[in-house]
Amino acid sequence: MKLTRRVLTATALATGLVAGSAIAQDDPFTVGFIHVGSTGDMGWTFTHDQGRIALDEHFGDAVETVVAESVAEGADAERVMTQMILGGADMIVATSFGFGPAVNAVAGRFPDVYFEHATGYLREHPNVSTYDARFYEGRAVMGHIAGHMTESNIIGYIASYPIPSVIQGINSAYLHATQVNPDVEFRVIWANTWFDPAIEADAAQALIDEGADVIFQHTDSTAPHAVAQEAGAFAFGQANDMSQFAPAPRISAIVDNWGPYYIERAQAAMDGTWEQTAAWQGLSEDRILIGEISEAVPEEVRASAMALRDSIASGEYHPFTGPINQQDGTPWLAEGETPEDGPLAGMGFFVEGLTVELGN
Amino acid sequence: MIVLEKRPTPSRFWGAATPVAAVFLTMIAGGIMFAALGKDPVEAIRIIFWDPLFNAQFASYSRPQLLIKAGPLILIAIGLSLGFKAGIWNIGAEGQYIIGAICGAAFGLAFWPSESPLLFPGMVIAGLIGGWAWAMIPGVLKTRFRTNEILVSLLLVYVAEAILASAATSWLRSPDAMGFPGSRNLARHPGTDNPELIAGTGMHWGVLAAFIAVIAAYVLMNRHVLGYQIRLAGQAPRAARFAGVDPNRLVLLCLGISGALAGAAGLFEVSGPAGQISIDFNVGYGFTAIIVAFLGRLHPIGILLAGLLMALTYIGGELAQLMLGIPAPAIQAFQGMLLFFLLALDVLSNYHIRLKRTEAA
Repeated sequence: MKLTRRVLTATALATGLVAGSAIAQDDPFTVGFIHVGSTGDMGWTFTHDQGRIALDEHFGDAVETVVAESVAEGADAERVMTQMILGGADMIVATSFGFGPAVNAVAGRFPDVYFEHATGYLREHPNVSTYDARFYEGRAVMGHIAGHMTESNIIGYIASYPIPSVIQGINSAYLHATQVNPDVEFRVIWANTWFDPAIEADAAQALIDEGADVIFQHTDSTAPHAVAQEAGAFAFGQANDMSQFAPAPRISAIVDNWGPYYIERAQAAMDGTWEQTAAWQGLSEDRILIGEISEAVPEEVRASAMALRDSIASGEYHPFTGPINQQDGTPWLAEGETPEDGPLAGMGFFVEGLTVELGN
Repeated sequence: MIVLEKRPTPSRFWGAATPVAAVFLTMIAGGIMFAALGKDPVEAIRIIFWDPLFNAQFASYSRPQLLIKAGPLILIAIGLSLGFKAGIWNIGAEGQYIIGAICGAAFGLAFWPSESPLLFPGMVIAGLIGGWAWAMIPGVLKTRFRTNEILVSLLLVYVAEAILASAATSWLRSPDAMGFPGSRNLARHPGTDNPELIAGTGMHWGVLAAFIAVIAAYVLMNRHVLGYQIRLAGQAPRAARFAGVDPNRLVLLCLGISGALAGAAGLFEVSGPAGQISIDFNVGYGFTAIIVAFLGRLHPIGILLAGLLMALTYIGGELAQLMLGIPAPAIQAFQGMLLFFLLALDVLSNYHIRLKRTEAA
């Protein structure tokens, strides 16, 4: 459907407006989505596109969505967002961290357009909100399962870049794997990419060759699952359920669930109640879901993992609960202490016991 | 069996007409592809080639964007064209672009928060040197050890990308970024910024440099002995050696110039349109510039026009995505067709096609 369409509705005619002077209020609320990856990646961008489809379906004709995929960060993103707005977009959803400067530059020029920026932290204008999910909560449940499932006691982890959300994930998975199995060792490979099936497959193979029998991934393709399948190792769905690899190698998943957030924000914008926020939601808001734990996992582990999930979702338990020391031995959290969101969001260190270094 | 037979004198007319014909054929083949995707082909072609320039809703914004997008393409392609004419294949301009940007940005950030007017010229020089030095690696390896510059320069792109990732996540990371990757914003700081020189035109220092490079390359190729040597080395390498052309010197010069220009393009981009060093700072200008160089027949004026045309297909392609919902990969295929038809027509204008009966050996 064309972005520029202006519809002269029956209402406009009934109120006696001259035909031809079509009015902007009559057109649907338009939301423009801009992605750094492809909506066919079956991971991060795919789940955001699922959220867009949910938004479309929820509002029917009242909301229209447009999509630009594979948009490079920087000048290209700025141009695509501007063109979306010139074409009539009322809200922009930018789904990559790197769009931050461009989002804020465009937001300054179009104060009447609402901006939602995923995983960002820059909110330089009142019309910019950021949103993120507490992936580390899901990582805790996966770590719990991994600690039970490993027989070699070596767990592999394909990491993308040493940024806070990835570091939180590694720490959380490690803490909860060692909680149920103190002998667990983590091997981390920095893939230096978010999506590259060939590199991800190589990384998975390298980890398996080192003896890993459970593979985590913080990259978006299903390539590590294919490798794990061949080697008889276990893996977890990332962003998307990846259920085509269930019951094994995929034994569970962290599923991103953006649809409800998009519906809520578009509704608020249409109602005039939209306010700047920095949403950081997790299991309790169903922003992330735990993908079905497959029958390859023993019944009692499935139950204990779901109990862990429920205790996090209810707010009874925080995945980072002291005592926890930093990698170099300096104390971070005292007995029973939990971190504030601010420092946690910028987490830049590993916890004691991990041998991984920042970057490679 | 089909045999290609070289034409003794390729037609001058077709030499100039093939790019135009290639664009025309791309429109037809692309139109068929868009129709197969269920989109109106005429409208799609109009949106891609016409709307960015003349649509009342978008043109005032997208016209200056053409220069922003074409600037780095032209600047890099001009450098590459010198080597390509001499038969020296620098495929790694993308890497030189990255290293130029990192060196230039690092220079600017080293004096943070200085706003000295000398800072930006210093960054430009650092960018030039960074790109030059990165191109010297395949250059020296080729002249010393006879390695293949195509492979070495291409593989160094991946090395440069790894360096970029580490710069963005550690040693050039902004201290104000709360642990997130990305350097400080150079474009928003007086002294390190590469601003729009005339408001509303998109013209920044990099675009100006691209125009200057076009003129300089034109003069070099037509009026300077180096231009003569480059053309001679490309057309008749043996004759060039008899004429006293030192092939090693030519390799280092061509790789050095193309590397330096790519590095400068990176610096102008990082301090202007991109604004900062980030993990995914490079967006493929170094590779697209290869297409631009050939589309422009390795001629400076041709490259200028080809750069603007490529920029048009990018910006128009984005509009087609937004207005018709054409998926991004289809737009990329459309751009690929342009190079395919150009190369195909090149073959036809340089060779006869003959059908020959295969004889028993």
